[in-house]
Amino acid sequence: MGYSFPEEVLEHVLSFIDSDSDRNSVSLVCKSWHDIERWCRRRLFVGNCYAVSPAIAIRRFPELRSVSLKGKPHFADFNLVPHEWGGYAYPWIAAFAKAYPWLEELRLKRMVVSDEALELIAKKFKNFRVLVMYSCEGFSTDGLATIAANCRNLKELDLSESEVDDVSGNWLSQFPDSYTSLESLNITSLSSEIRFSALERLVGRCPNLKTLKLSHSVPLDLLPNLLQKAPQLVELGSGLHTKEVHPDLYSKLAGAFSGCKGLKRLCGLQDVVPSYLPTLYPICVGLTSLNLSDAPIQCPELIKLVSQCQNLQRLWVLDYIEDTGLNALAESCKDLRELRVFPSDPFGQEPNVSLTEQGLVSVSAGCPKLHSVLYFCRRMSNVALSTIARNRPNLTHFRLCIIERFRPDYITLEPLDVGFGAIVEHCKDLKRLSLSGLLTDRVFEYIGSHGKKLEMLSLAFAGDSDLGLHHVLSGCKSLRKLEIRDCPFGDKALLANAAKLETMRSLWMSACQVSYRACKLLGQKMPRLNVEVIAEQGHPDSSPDEYPVEKLYIYRTVSGPRSDMPSFVWTMDKNSALSSS
Amino acid sequence: MEGGSGGGVCTSGSMSTVSKEDNLMVSTEVSSYPDEAELELGLGLSLGGGGGGGGVKPQEQGWAQYGRILTAKDFPSTVSSSSSSSSSLSRANRTTVGTKRRADSVAASNNGSQVVGWPPIRAYRMNSLANQSKSPVTEDLNSMVEKSKSTNTMVENTYNGSNNTNGYAKKKGPLNTSFFVKVNMDGIPIGRKVDLSAHSCYETLAKTLEEMFQGPTTTVNAIGSSNENYDAMTESTRPSKLLDGSSDFVLTYEDKEGDWMLVGDVPWGMFLGSARRLRIMRTSDANGLAPRIQERNGRQRSMRI
Repeated sequence: MGYSFPEEVLEHVLSFIDSDSDRNSVSLVCKSWHDIERWCRRRLFVGNCYAVSPAIAIRRFPELRSVSLKGKPHFADFNLVPHEWGGYAYPWIAAFAKAYPWLEELRLKRMVVSDEALELIAKKFKNFRVLVMYSCEGFSTDGLATIAANCRNLKELDLSESEVDDVSGNWLSQFPDSYTSLESLNITSLSSEIRFSALERLVGRCPNLKTLKLSHSVPLDLLPNLLQKAPQLVELGSGLHTKEVHPDLYSKLAGAFSGCKGLKRLCGLQDVVPSYLPTLYPICVGLTSLNLSDAPIQCPELIKLVSQCQNLQRLWVLDYIEDTGLNALAESCKDLRELRVFPSDPFGQEPNVSLTEQGLVSVSAGCPKLHSVLYFCRRMSNVALSTIARNRPNLTHFRLCIIERFRPDYITLEPLDVGFGAIVEHCKDLKRLSLSGLLTDRVFEYIGSHGKKLEMLSLAFAGDSDLGLHHVLSGCKSLRKLEIRDCPFGDKALLANAAKLETMRSLWMSACQVSYRACKLLGQKMPRLNVEVIAEQGHPDSSPDEYPVEKLYIYRTVSGPRSDMPSFVWTMDKNSALSSS
Repeated sequence: MEGGSGGGVCTSGSMSTVSKEDNLMVSTEVSSYPDEAELELGLGLSLGGGGGGGGVKPQEQGWAQYGRILTAKDFPSTVSSSSSSSSSLSRANRTTVGTKRRADSVAASNNGSQVVGWPPIRAYRMNSLANQSKSPVTEDLNSMVEKSKSTNTMVENTYNGSNNTNGYAKKKGPLNTSFFVKVNMDGIPIGRKVDLSAHSCYETLAKTLEEMFQGPTTTVNAIGSSNENYDAMTESTRPSKLLDGSSDFVLTYEDKEGDWMLVGDVPWGMFLGSARRLRIMRTSDANGLAPRIQERNGRQRSMRI
């Protein structure tokens, strides 16, 4: 007693602690540790940009260098969140511009980023290095031009899946000739023609370029030149379209690929002509990640390609791979950790390919390290799910989408409760689960009793009653994100588990049966939650209180109701329950 | 739900790219709409429906008998109220705003035959699928016209995993991966977009546009995999009313110089090279076009074939 630990020593120790949760734990030890920690924290992750305000974040962490922000709810990906719902990056960036002149990294997901915001980034952060905008929108190539022209130290520019107002491809030329620090460029979502010569020069003068992911507008005959300038590439994404097969082009391309000895990750291959696929064979053995979900490659060629990728850890592919392809995968790729199979014809009434639950069962049997699955198919059975669960108790992410809603077990015609129950029972570390098919409240009983590590659960067209929701909310101790659409869940379960909602990041419910009255009550009783009702058809006050709300988004927050809500979003605050309807 | 792509309502690729002007078009046109509740929009384009036969003037009201597309009532009220203020917000009104909102309404009006956001596939992936199943354009601009007949038949080679032995889907030539232009039809606040490079002649373009503005069943359901190609095949024998002057509407385009011209006057390749956007104009309003073209001497902007 009586001595105090020198701050400098503690700071030094803390500099080795990166993980957010560990840092959060450190800050709870005592007041002085809290203070020391906050001054030396350099990275911040905000999972919901409305859970905290920029001012609060800045006040607590005065010396940040890297911030990640997420905006819209996940279901925005499927058009369930109306446009202009929110998620604006500008207020954050403006506040950071004043508080963190030395900010280096911004990673934004599902946010609205304007060109003005990009201009702020370009002009106010002298040492800016990393800009990732994943699934964002609101900006144009003009904004990108400003970034290119001003960010001298930019290492990474990633626009994955963002909607960009593509005015012209010339923004790339705004990188000055003296700029050589590019390490990662992902512009797959841009559609306008970029000036290839500018790209070539850029690639040629950036010796540390490791990741290059282009849109499909780069023609195949120019790709070899590009690759020759960047043999150090680790990750490549490119379409491979061409009018016809040239022997010259073939050998040029083959040579260029072989020259990229460090290539580990490959994606794109839109419009690839099968005759060109063999140019990839020499690099297959080095690949750890292969994303063919944009490539129209059929089963035989897929098998040939995939069987050569013995070191593959991640495969994203269309259902053209079929069960036979997945069998081949299970035999060849013993290091596989993540598999995603997307539908090639999601709206077709009949299956267009021979991909069933068997493919997934094979992979679960053959690939011992498989822990993350996303699988679209048209039929499933309880016995298959149980087999998968027993084969792979190490699953952490399991997302199954049976394309037609309410599909039962195709063998027994029973609900798939037991099958999913097996998944949660055997896969004790399961963190993320998405359900589909015919499901009753029973599956939620299983999930509630076994899904103790479950953090994110996605439900659609499932369940019979409030009991289902109650099982989940009362049983899943680690639940952070719950998103529900079109399930018969109503007021009772929600109100009975109101306290649970403060332990979660967010709850989304759309086309369920939660009444307006319940929302108002919740808003009144739980001041640390924002209970937002989305009603595009008109103010919820214009219908009786018992009527269900269209969409409901509830999230915990320390900064009160937000001030940027559009006209169709209403926050239930402590006064709502008192207002007459 | 799943990490695929979003929503169920994009016409095959036609609405998938984004353009700045289109955002403004959507927001300005809608906000100038007088009274949504009263507005009934119909189409005089395709007279497949019976109704009042010919001779009905395309007025703001009274088109109902020609078949109905989504009325302004079907759009959430936010479409007009939110076409607002800050540039960042209006920028945020992407092309897909129109499709996304209509997704909700159409799903409701179709009684859930096409469910919004199901299967859960992200917009990015939808576009990718749409690009894969479009009809191929394998020639460059110059040979486009000669090839128009053979390219039409390629429409039938729908990319279908179980039937296709080729091993690859349609691909686009390097010169024109996509060429989307905006299309607006008089009286309809929400514009559309059409990929000109997916067509090789005026007929298929006109037919696509007719279907696009004709009704929800053909335009809203499904990415191109089944619907678009099916429609193109069955409709291939019916001549387009937009082009032969028998409809109440004509198809016009704005060229590089900003002039509005009648579609169909110049070779297809030349049209592709100069068209910036399209407008389906009421015939009565279009009467001024022809004389204007003839007035311009010294500038050869259209070549009679």
